[in-house]
Amino acid sequence: MFEQSISTLATKLRNKDISSVELTRLFLDRISKLDPQLNSFITISDELALQQAKAADTLLASNKGTSLTGIPIAHKDLFCTQGVLTTCGSKMLNNFVPPYESTVTSRIQQAGAVMLGKTNMDEFAMGSSNENSFFGAVKNPWNLNKVPGGSSGGSAAAVAAGLAVAATGTDTGGSIRQPASFCGITGLKPTYGRVSRFGMIAYASSLDQGGPMAKSAEDCAHLMQAMAGFDEKDSTSSETPKEDYLANLNAPLTGLKIGLPKEYFGEGLDPKVADTIMSAVKEFEKLGATVKEISLPNLQLSIPAYYVIAPSEASSNLSRFDGVRFGHRCDDPKDLLDMYTRSRAEGFGTEVQKRIMVGTYALSEGYYDAYYLKAQKIRRLIKEDFVKALSEVDVIMGPVAPTTAFDIGSKTDDPVAMYLEDIYTLSVNLAGIPAMSVPAGFADDMPVGLQIMGNYFAEAKLLNIAHQFQQNTDWHLQTPTLAKGA
Amino acid sequence: MDWEVVIGLEIHTQLSTKSKLFSGAAVGFGAEPNTQTTLVDLGMPGALPVFNKEALRMAVMFGHAINAEIGIHSVFARKNYFYPDLPKGYQTSQMDHPIVGKGHLDVLLDDGTTSRIGITRAHLEEDAGKSLHEDFQGMTGIDLNRASTPLLEIVSEPDIRSAKEAVAYVKMIHSIVTYLGICDGNMAEGSMRCDVNISLRPKGQKEFGTRTEIKNVNSFRFIEKAIYTEIERQADILEDGGKITQETRLYDAEKNETRSMRSKEDANDYRYFPCPDLLPIELTQEYVDDIKASLPELPSHKAKRFQSEYNLSEYDAHVLSSSREMADFFEAANSATKDPKLTANWVMGELSKLLNQAQLEINQSPVSASAFGKLLARIQDNTINGKTAKDVLQAMWNGEGSADAIIDAKGLKQVTDTGAIESMIQAILDANATQVEQYRAAEPDKQKKMIGFFVGQVMKASQGKANPGMVNPILAKLLKG
Repeated sequence: MFEQSISTLATKLRNKDISSVELTRLFLDRISKLDPQLNSFITISDELALQQAKAADTLLASNKGTSLTGIPIAHKDLFCTQGVLTTCGSKMLNNFVPPYESTVTSRIQQAGAVMLGKTNMDEFAMGSSNENSFFGAVKNPWNLNKVPGGSSGGSAAAVAAGLAVAATGTDTGGSIRQPASFCGITGLKPTYGRVSRFGMIAYASSLDQGGPMAKSAEDCAHLMQAMAGFDEKDSTSSETPKEDYLANLNAPLTGLKIGLPKEYFGEGLDPKVADTIMSAVKEFEKLGATVKEISLPNLQLSIPAYYVIAPSEASSNLSRFDGVRFGHRCDDPKDLLDMYTRSRAEGFGTEVQKRIMVGTYALSEGYYDAYYLKAQKIRRLIKEDFVKALSEVDVIMGPVAPTTAFDIGSKTDDPVAMYLEDIYTLSVNLAGIPAMSVPAGFADDMPVGLQIMGNYFAEAKLLNIAHQFQQNTDWHLQTPTLAKGA
Repeated sequence: MDWEVVIGLEIHTQLSTKSKLFSGAAVGFGAEPNTQTTLVDLGMPGALPVFNKEALRMAVMFGHAINAEIGIHSVFARKNYFYPDLPKGYQTSQMDHPIVGKGHLDVLLDDGTTSRIGITRAHLEEDAGKSLHEDFQGMTGIDLNRASTPLLEIVSEPDIRSAKEAVAYVKMIHSIVTYLGICDGNMAEGSMRCDVNISLRPKGQKEFGTRTEIKNVNSFRFIEKAIYTEIERQADILEDGGKITQETRLYDAEKNETRSMRSKEDANDYRYFPCPDLLPIELTQEYVDDIKASLPELPSHKAKRFQSEYNLSEYDAHVLSSSREMADFFEAANSATKDPKLTANWVMGELSKLLNQAQLEINQSPVSASAFGKLLARIQDNTINGKTAKDVLQAMWNGEGSADAIIDAKGLKQVTDTGAIESMIQAILDANATQVEQYRAAEPDKQKKMIGFFVGQVMKASQGKANPGMVNPILAKLLKG
């Protein structure tokens, strides 16, 4: 039951083959059995989940609701959920229960989905391994010695292990795609502005984007139906009408022009990952696509540009965590400065403090032009690279990450090696285009994700391409042994 | 040493929008703490700003009023610093691309000369909340009702050369923003606050001296006094061969002194950068032009029209047009009298005197413009004389009714019957035979002075009701004998 798709489960719920309460209990049981090994949840909202499941059953009984009604899912713990602890993986928000609901979780709730709980993540979404969580590292269900990727590592691990049908994630520099790749699930980072950021705790506002993480492209499409669309509460959300993400899943891929950027296949890429990606590309050729080599010449610059822009915005976004109105406040502050410095030093972990300092430095008088402005110029160049490439091809494909999931603790002492993990994902956020990670095979028994990048607001096209691939392969149907054990 | 003072002003004007600059919370003064706030004003995690377009319209109106370049492309930037009443840890403001660019104002000074003051820019920004230090047993309370209230910060060039000029400039800005209806102009409640930058330099020197900034001065009188005080302080230091420290100072009105708040070394590095939560504002020329076409008549235009249309002096026209309410009152009253000089004298004279005594603004006058106009019409048609009119105005002020009702009730109508006046005068002359003898014996020069005695007696006998225009010729005739 836990391996089934949203469409199948929705049919079973409608046919009363199973109730939402039963389905929810099934997943809550799996969480209590398996999550102690994975640590993918920070909060399990079982009571609320069962309430929502009951309400869903009532709706289903009168034949109302949507395809998500009664489906148990999980939310990354940076979406504010009314009345439910929202920590952002940080001690700073260890005690924060929002009196409001994010637009994403609110829309999914309105579609009738059941929230099982809130998933673990790198603190304030800063990290590529989920080792930067105040609530401890998350384990990869395929191999408990490996990281699940980050920052949406909890969501990826939970979906891969069958602890939730699907989950939400957010992607600032690869935080949906890389963990999806490491855990062998399907994830979509939508076009910047496609999904509302209201109620999503900000890391880097100009890069952050929420999106679905699920077992298949079709399941992602179901979530996008609910999540996507303009929100007047987010000034950067797009008024471009949202598409029907389910309608064109079965369109044939004949004539599809795929570009393979040579920069994505150069030094640093694990040859086994490269082989897996090339086999997947061949599958597309079988489906009628043509492939050509392209160039995204400024790829290398995406790392320095990202690690200036994202920390700069973060240094300002995280100023509100000052111990004054909510969140952690140090004991017995002796004056205002003491309250600020100790509350923040105690509340934020090392990686968050590091990025706040980098960003503060980059924005400082005398350095702004050399760092922030220069990074913005590079960002424009990267965007132009994609615009040019996407005028020649329909989509761009390549690996999501240079390697498969690495060992826990293996890169924590080498931040540059950790940052290099994001080389294939960062530029997508800088350009603002949508991209997916789709299970494409295994290397050394660990999943490999194929990245599919598309033009602005081409989410429906990406989902169609991924779905056609999944209709002809079964990589997305593989389940880790751990999941089968429960 | 002969010093020249150089002054530049930053005026924070609170825009009178219904809701805040980046949230739907109501804007208002005096509400219970933290009752006029939303998630956005409280800086809650994940809350996002949504720009209030009404504030934009108001800023563009102001830009037109000072003949400024309007920023077709303007950008919100974050000014980062920590303070307990700054909920997000940054103030959303504008830096490189303000909504209003270079403009200027022609300011009329007391000596009748006009001075052109350059305006560098005016930009939109949100206000901070308030820290409350009383009633919290040594702790600090935070009230965020004011957080995210829209401000237009108007920055002048260092073109101002005296305290009087500074005050005239601030008054002019005050008059423009209230004319435009974009600010209530209530300085006591902080709707207009002024930062004054002052430096001295030896007369003739081109380079500016080191400046100090006096923060948050909130009345015309305090601006003038603070400037005088600071000039004196700086001159004393310079005369003694000392140096001015670049710093922020506070004006203490009670002690009439400025004192240091923080020096340049303590100044924050605000780390301005474009706010990623707000898109740049892109205006169409049509939008900008439409606002220009719908601007109300501005004080300088109104003053010119009052001179040409009503034949008023430059001074009278300037005073009457200094506020929209005053100008409207004058024009409404004048529509009853059709005598601009008479109306102007009474608005600027008796009415202003009563308003000043009661510390009321003209829009709070208990006597309406039309009631006031009807009173003046009774002077024009000789029902009462000017002296009686002052008493009637006082009675109207006290709420005793209309001019006509008061004149009737108190029997104040002037005596205009020639026979009655003649017999009254004859009786007075008979009772003062000695004075009449002296008058008749005097030289014509002296007679002119002596006639006042008889006029006084007549007015006294008539209880002020004798029409002075009729008394004089009859008296002259009867005194001749």
